[in-house]
Amino acid sequence: MTVDQHKSRYPEVWRRFGPRETLIRYAWYLGIVFIAAASLSTLDITWVYLLDAHVQAYDLLERMVPPDWSYFDVVVGAMIETVHIATLGTVATLLIAFPVAFLAARNTTFNWFTWAVGRFILVASRSINTVVWALIFVAIFGPGPVAGIWAIAARSIGFMGKLTAEAIEEIDEGTVEAIEATGASRLQVLWIGILPQVLPVIYGTTVYRWDINIRESTVLGFVGAGGIGILLYSSINQFIWQQVSVMLIAIFGVVVVSELVSAMVRKKIT
Amino acid sequence: MSEASTGHPTVWRPPKLVENPVLRYGLLAGALAYLAWSLGTLEIDWARVSVGLPRAQNMFERMIPPDFSRWELLVRGVTESVLIAFAASFAGMILAVPLGLAAAVNLAPRPVYLFARLLVILSRTFHEIIWAIFFVKIVGFGALAGVLTLVVASTSFISKMLAEDVENMNAGQAEAVRATGASFPKLLIYGVVPQILPRYLGVSIYRLDANIRHSTVVGIVGAGGIGQVLAASFSRYDYDFSLAILLVIIGLVFLGEIFSNWIRKRLR
Amino acid sequence: MLEISDLVKTYPNGLRALHGVNLAVDSPVVVAVIGSSGAGKSTLIRCINRLVPPTSGKVVLNGTDITALGRAGLRKARRRMGMIFQEYNLVERLTVMENVLSGRLGYVGFWRAYRRQFSPEDVAAAFELLDRVGLSGREDARADALSGGQRQRVGIARALMQRPELLLVDEPTASLDPKTARQIMRLIVELAHERGTPALVNIHDVALAQGFADRIVGLSDGRKVFDGTPAELTPDALTEIYGEEDWSSTIRRTEDDEEEAPPSARHDGAQAIAPETAAG
Repeated sequence: MTVDQHKSRYPEVWRRFGPRETLIRYAWYLGIVFIAAASLSTLDITWVYLLDAHVQAYDLLERMVPPDWSYFDVVVGAMIETVHIATLGTVATLLIAFPVAFLAARNTTFNWFTWAVGRFILVASRSINTVVWALIFVAIFGPGPVAGIWAIAARSIGFMGKLTAEAIEEIDEGTVEAIEATGASRLQVLWIGILPQVLPVIYGTTVYRWDINIRESTVLGFVGAGGIGILLYSSINQFIWQQVSVMLIAIFGVVVVSELVSAMVRKKIT
Repeated sequence: MSEASTGHPTVWRPPKLVENPVLRYGLLAGALAYLAWSLGTLEIDWARVSVGLPRAQNMFERMIPPDFSRWELLVRGVTESVLIAFAASFAGMILAVPLGLAAAVNLAPRPVYLFARLLVILSRTFHEIIWAIFFVKIVGFGALAGVLTLVVASTSFISKMLAEDVENMNAGQAEAVRATGASFPKLLIYGVVPQILPRYLGVSIYRLDANIRHSTVVGIVGAGGIGQVLAASFSRYDYDFSLAILLVIIGLVFLGEIFSNWIRKRLR
Repeated sequence: MLEISDLVKTYPNGLRALHGVNLAVDSPVVVAVIGSSGAGKSTLIRCINRLVPPTSGKVVLNGTDITALGRAGLRKARRRMGMIFQEYNLVERLTVMENVLSGRLGYVGFWRAYRRQFSPEDVAAAFELLDRVGLSGREDARADALSGGQRQRVGIARALMQRPELLLVDEPTASLDPKTARQIMRLIVELAHERGTPALVNIHDVALAQGFADRIVGLSDGRKVFDGTPAELTPDALTEIYGEEDWSSTIRRTEDDEEEAPPSARHDGAQAIAPETAAG
């Protein structure tokens, strides 16, 4: 086995990609970098502000310590309201998302029109951010937690409805057929043949969405829809940073706990 | 229900979620009690709420037909939102690589891991709007605050996913590369990257889609994009313009989702 | 060539996997290491290239004290030892060629490794090895498209690509069907002899060990209890290694495997040897 033999018998060059593939790959890289760069340069950004950003950030942090713990009592009440908004919003979602999901699932909808309506509701609900929904509901119901609850529900319907509709589309058709064969009505088929199969998915996504909703409900107050956000917004606007830090700590605690609870419950369900 | 259904249904039901009946009804009672408590404690102005329906009707009447006459403002806002989303996604994608690797328990030394995890948890805990409001305080109103907000959100999201993938990767493949005497950087490019690359790209594209959705809202607190236009139209009761903006946002998000699904399908 | 003295490994959970093992290999032979699962076979092999750091003791390979090396020195030493794994451990999403060439990772710079630019000699050697293990023409296939036996062949090529001074082979056949297992074992032994490379092969299949190895080492409970030629592996010696009741059924069942039993049948008879799952 000398080197000469290698040379005569085996190729000495091997390329992972051919020239064309390599070119395409680099074109992708370049394209992505170009888009990002073009985006940044097109945006109307005053870069000078970034120069002293760290100074500003440090200044802000400094003003936030020590937290003003005397404000904590007020914060507790607002945090409870925040959790209520998230929870009640999620419950309301459950009631609405379910029928919409049946419309939006191909195998349970009535006709193409109801299907399209169901799909549109899901897409519209998901496209509009909770805070934007809150803007709308504040205009309708006035400022306060009711607007917040509806905002949470309006956004969550799309999320839960989509996952539920997907679960319905994946159910075991045999079960449904067997129940239809007994002469059951449409409602009975739904109740007995389909609901039990999608329930686990609904439980799981509900708990998951609840956890997301806690986070969302912390900012609803920025547009007047109740919860801790109202206090947070006013303290920020009045530059009372030591209250702000108390609220941030409270939010951190509640969000982390809700995430742990949600993870625990989901583990138990599945 | 008729007797036909009392004979059959138990066959199709999965086992009860909570086996113990006392606990089951206890939970139910607890849930009802919670409902009563929460509705009781919330400070709700029922008089204001009760006029909601007529007000909603009034609002919808003013919304329809949507007013697209100020389309230049609309286009400018939407473009700004999309550009914010693109720039932030790219930066997040890059920044998430070191942070994600540092947040993987099987790769990073203990102190680095804990620090990285803390960063990820901190940035994920606070809603984008909270970040946005702080960035507005730091760098002033405008798109820069929006970009920074979404950079924080995307970085923490992608790096969390990345860290999970690295932790769930096949350790044997990495062990074999280590056994050849490869250094840590080479271990990364041969043993780790090939295992996680497809998911990383998928998550990044998903995040682009999510950023388009979020970029429509950071403007509400002054961080640029269409959200700023939307909030202004609401505060001026220009509901017909608001509806026009909402329809455009729905369309934009829909397109973004189609684009993201298309790319992710091609990645496999 | 290889000298192991007083090797002890205690895992952080208190499990003592090796109780002072001494072993010297001074000619290029194939040494089979047998023993029931948990006897310390995997730990022994991984302590040699320090994928598992030994607690105490010494491993000397051709004059280098591996246990005393720092990080950089250890990487250099690992280049000199090729390793073959039970689960093949190929990087699934890379091509066969990339997997084989990864055996040279210790010798190329980062950017060349990143761009897959290996030297012409390495590429030619990789093609030759692929030919030798019976996979010529499959260099551009992705590793996850191969069968188990083919993957192990790639694993062998990767290890030999390092031009190792020692082969560490960890249960090379445990995930394969009996016929493929024999082919793979034969290939490893032939290549080791061809290239004059000593090999340490963990194997729980006594018949394969007796059939192919030049020398057999028996481990029991972290201690060396047998060291001799395949011919010296008497029933008494097997009793020493596996315990009274276990060894006889082992032999019989191993032979059954060869004749008729499908590979899955190994796992359900009397619990003579459970398939070795984890290290230690």
